[in-house]
Amino acid sequence: MAATYRLEGLTVHHLATKPGGAPALHALDLVVEPGEQIALIGPSGAGKTTLLATLACAHQPTSGKLEVLGADPWTLAQKTRHGLRARLFLAPQTPPLPPRQRVVTAVLAARLPRWTLWQALSSLFKPADPRAAFEALARFGLGDKLYARVDRLSGGERQRCGLARVLLSQAEAFLVDEPLSALDPTLSQLTLTALQQEAAARNATLVCTLHQVEIARANFARIIGLRAGRIVFDAPREQVTDAMIAALYLNESMDAPMPAFHDSPERLAVGACL
Amino acid sequence: MAPALQAHRDPALRSRIVTVLACLLLLWPMLVYSEFKPWILFDAQSMRATGAFLADFLTPAHSLEFLTMVLQQTWITVAIATCGLALALLGAIPATLLVTERLSISLLGTGRMRFGARLLRQCVRIVLILLRSVPELVWALLFVRIVGLGPTAGVIAIALTYCGMLGKVYAEILESSDAHASDSLLANGSSRLGALLYGALPESAAELVSYTVYRWECAIRGSAVMGFVGAGGLGQRMDESIKMMAGSEVATMLVMFVLLVAAADLMSKWLRKDLL
Repeated sequence: MAATYRLEGLTVHHLATKPGGAPALHALDLVVEPGEQIALIGPSGAGKTTLLATLACAHQPTSGKLEVLGADPWTLAQKTRHGLRARLFLAPQTPPLPPRQRVVTAVLAARLPRWTLWQALSSLFKPADPRAAFEALARFGLGDKLYARVDRLSGGERQRCGLARVLLSQAEAFLVDEPLSALDPTLSQLTLTALQQEAAARNATLVCTLHQVEIARANFARIIGLRAGRIVFDAPREQVTDAMIAALYLNESMDAPMPAFHDSPERLAVGACL
Repeated sequence: MAPALQAHRDPALRSRIVTVLACLLLLWPMLVYSEFKPWILFDAQSMRATGAFLADFLTPAHSLEFLTMVLQQTWITVAIATCGLALALLGAIPATLLVTERLSISLLGTGRMRFGARLLRQCVRIVLILLRSVPELVWALLFVRIVGLGPTAGVIAIALTYCGMLGKVYAEILESSDAHASDSLLANGSSRLGALLYGALPESAAELVSYTVYRWECAIRGSAVMGFVGAGGLGQRMDESIKMMAGSEVATMLVMFVLLVAAADLMSKWLRKDLL
């Protein structure tokens, strides 16, 4: 079976950067096998979100080699590439849910790549598979919100609702950006467990960016540290020491300006460089 | 003090004075060419005529026969507006889907659109511009020559102009709404229409509906105006009444228009409340 991801010297620029500008990711080498669960950690602005977007084929790299599920997405025809996107699931940090939509509709939207136009239309009128949506939500402790409107949910509920979509997708790789940013410690553990169990059950790859280093070390077998667009370490968790973590987050100088925001405000709001 | 202030003279002042003078200079010939002579309104003879016409307004015509005719014509006017708008939607919705850059799959991840897709977008955009740059009144005049007097000309005129307007504004509403939901769906492999139905539409449904109802209101007014060139409906009757200086009849019909617009307003409010 082909590796889920194979990256060789992969360099990525933000879309807004002019040619010759500083890349967001420098010459990354990475191999990810099917079923692996990886935590991606690093300071803000390190390029974690850009890496996830690149892995989701939502961002074209500038140079280097990228292989996704055995194919180079950017040499494929547009249609084939879009078909490949349906086998990956990118969950952005801010849940991408329209406020006026009902939770059941928002969760079932994960089936869109498989649906015909007619199925999509009729599911707007009468949800196609409310049971599946309910079961997915229940795994995240949101079963009672099935028919609620998204704007009635709290921030943490929205975040879990966005993640419940993963369970209804047919993805072979889950690319999850900061799934715990709006959750308390108990819910964090519940949410992470649900994601990891689902990934393990379908032997899907899970790449998860996290700010909570302790949670990452406790739950993920492989940890990748990213800083300023470069992989600082990529190791099994037993080999990750406190000193490595400290070095990863070391602030070069407290007086230095905030970590470079290459993103325009619009992109920041989107939470991913789509 | 004085030299210091002189050193900090407002640098914008001179250009502002020049602009005002230039505007006045331009306005003068325009007033002359447009024969703007407001004092004619207050001439004794026109005052008498206006007075008689307006006095008639105070007692709107309300004979049963006349009211039945007005209701019938109102119905025709509403029908012209509604049919015209429905036909316009038939053209505007596909055009919107073609024009909106928001739902481009080739744009995803590359920031560049395919040449073919860009060309198609530009072509549709130009067609929309052509459709709405010809005023509906002109379309109506053309079609009255082609299909003859009556509501058909009005329906076609509204359909063509409004197709151009709706297509443009729908696309702009979709593009100015939050893209996060539809972008995310596209990134996860859903089709353009899927991302539209589950991402973009729920974000901007209320704006789209309220704009459509507002356009329906405009279409009612438009169909009244087109009546004056023979495209049927209340406007045609009003034209006749005005020509006969029958102020009381005109008053009744104006009241009808106010009621129609108020009804459209109420409907928009009700629909928005339902959607918000």
